[in-house]
Amino acid sequence: MKAAASSPSLAMPNIRPGRILAWTLLFIGGVIMVTPLLFMISTSLKDASQVYDLRVIPEAPTLDNYIEILGDGRFTRWLINSAIIAVIVTLSNVFFDSLVGYTLAKFRFRGRYIVFIAILSTLMIPTEMLVLPWYLMASQFGWIDSYWGIMFPGMMTAFGTFLMKQFFEGVPDDFLEAARIDGLNEFTIWWKIAMPLVTPALSALAIFTFLGNWTAFFWPLIVTTSAELYTLPVGLSSFAVEQSIQWEKIMTGASIATLPTLIIFLFLQRYIVRGVMLAGLKG
Amino acid sequence: MATIEIERLVKRFGTTTVVHGIDLSIEDGEFVVLVGPSGCGKSTTLRMIAGLEEISAGTVRIDGRVVNERQPRDRNIAMVFQNYAIYPHVTVADNIAFGLYRSNLSKSEKRQRVEQVAETLGLTHLLERRPSALSGGQRQRVAIGRAMVRDPAAFLFDEPLSNLDAQLRTQMRIEIKRLHHRLGTTSVFVTHDQVEAMTMADRIVVMREGRILQVGTPMELYENPVDVFTACFIGSPTMNLLPASLKGGAATLALGGTLQVPLSSANSSEILVGARPHDLIPAGDTSAGLTVSGTVAVVETLGSETLVHIENAGQTIIGSAPGRQIPRIGEELTLHAPMEKLYYFDKATEKALASR
Repeated sequence: MKAAASSPSLAMPNIRPGRILAWTLLFIGGVIMVTPLLFMISTSLKDASQVYDLRVIPEAPTLDNYIEILGDGRFTRWLINSAIIAVIVTLSNVFFDSLVGYTLAKFRFRGRYIVFIAILSTLMIPTEMLVLPWYLMASQFGWIDSYWGIMFPGMMTAFGTFLMKQFFEGVPDDFLEAARIDGLNEFTIWWKIAMPLVTPALSALAIFTFLGNWTAFFWPLIVTTSAELYTLPVGLSSFAVEQSIQWEKIMTGASIATLPTLIIFLFLQRYIVRGVMLAGLKG
Repeated sequence: MATIEIERLVKRFGTTTVVHGIDLSIEDGEFVVLVGPSGCGKSTTLRMIAGLEEISAGTVRIDGRVVNERQPRDRNIAMVFQNYAIYPHVTVADNIAFGLYRSNLSKSEKRQRVEQVAETLGLTHLLERRPSALSGGQRQRVAIGRAMVRDPAAFLFDEPLSNLDAQLRTQMRIEIKRLHHRLGTTSVFVTHDQVEAMTMADRIVVMREGRILQVGTPMELYENPVDVFTACFIGSPTMNLLPASLKGGAATLALGGTLQVPLSSANSSEILVGARPHDLIPAGDTSAGLTVSGTVAVVETLGSETLVHIENAGQTIIGSAPGRQIPRIGEELTLHAPMEKLYYFDKATEKALASR
């Protein structure tokens, strides 16, 4: 009797109702998130006649869409356009946001607070309101339908500046002062001492910026007119024309476009999660 | 090596003045310790010498040249920080090499210098490690190495031992002192620990509320403090101060009892009689000097000696007894300090009344 009472195998598992509810909600959330992804991949493996057949596993799966899309020079061009734009904008953000963030965090100068508030206040202006001034500016500079036109509004962001400022504030001044005494100039101190100390924040900023630009649709759609300058999302949308929407092509392109995002997430999820957590804490 | 001269140095933060026009002259090769409680302006003074803090007024000269407007990197000084400030993302070797950032030495010469310094500080086996893999003492040694490698005109130490445990602090204290003897580089060391000040300094500068109270060798400060603050700050345990009324050549203690003092009746009538705990010992000869009795409240056994806290009329007086002579708590004890070991201060101004 005593032995039975102490046996762990006979003990009832302690399942609390709260836990059951949490798991149920997570399961529902998971289904909601994964179902569109499954349908995207499933549709990409169907021919045009099966698109409205809602079975997840296609009756006659085919890779024809992939062969056709990847063989289409336009798609490759859009892929390259998206990659170039996302990489350049990401590098630019990492450089400029951290430089401005560092300056605001570590230098005392008149008007510093006003500059910071001015930068921060731009976060409250919706993109839709900015599109017209951006367009006018691009038009006046002759940047319509160019890489530069697509990239310039995102080369530096208020969010990135704010994020980096918060992180640089956590870098102890002693490091910077020691570097000043060691003979480093201010730019080298930022580059060689401060930047390596905020690597997690830089990684998070780079990942978010890359993903944001990889999937950007609205502004590139407005500022580009020629198909060879389309980014991937804009190019994919061109498969939907008035008379017919080529869902299987759109889904195939979307599946390919999702790959870099998935790869980045799989390899860098540690930084993404940390970035989200830190952004929450610091912000 | 260099001299450091400070003239009427002032530091203001907004409307608050934290350093009030201090003057100090540090000789070439001297080891000077700035000591005082938190907020006394000692670190601010050091940072103004380093160029990390703007000077509100006055001048700082290093090796005869005014450096007020010079960047820290142009002052040829090296500094060791309280929090080590060694860069966590590079190895020990790279950390030390940062000290040579502006030198024109070749890569191999820099490496050679780094290895020499590492050998001096016992860091050779740690050169390829990151700071996170080092103990507190090793990190502090790396910070010293980074300062040493450049062969600067002066070393500035900003409470470098504060983050170390007691044993390591003692060890590092000796190492720094030994290093100073070997290199002979002018050094300014900031601490709030009077033991560090006493054991390391050629001269001590006692600061309080942004002013210098006294400058002197450790024994000068110990033997002839200019005021109550210095008397209490230098020496551990702190000096006993007993209020007394002076009339003629005799002082009547508030605790009771009278003693003859070498003060003329022209001095202030209300005084404080000071006696260091090490001079106040269980009474033998009580003919001349200070004699106080009380009940033993606390006994601190240190091995070589025993500190005895006695209480009399609500005042605690600390004396010392030989190591093996440990009084019992609650016992009545009489302590005595000879006349030549006593200090006298004006109760109102807290200034010393007579040189001993």
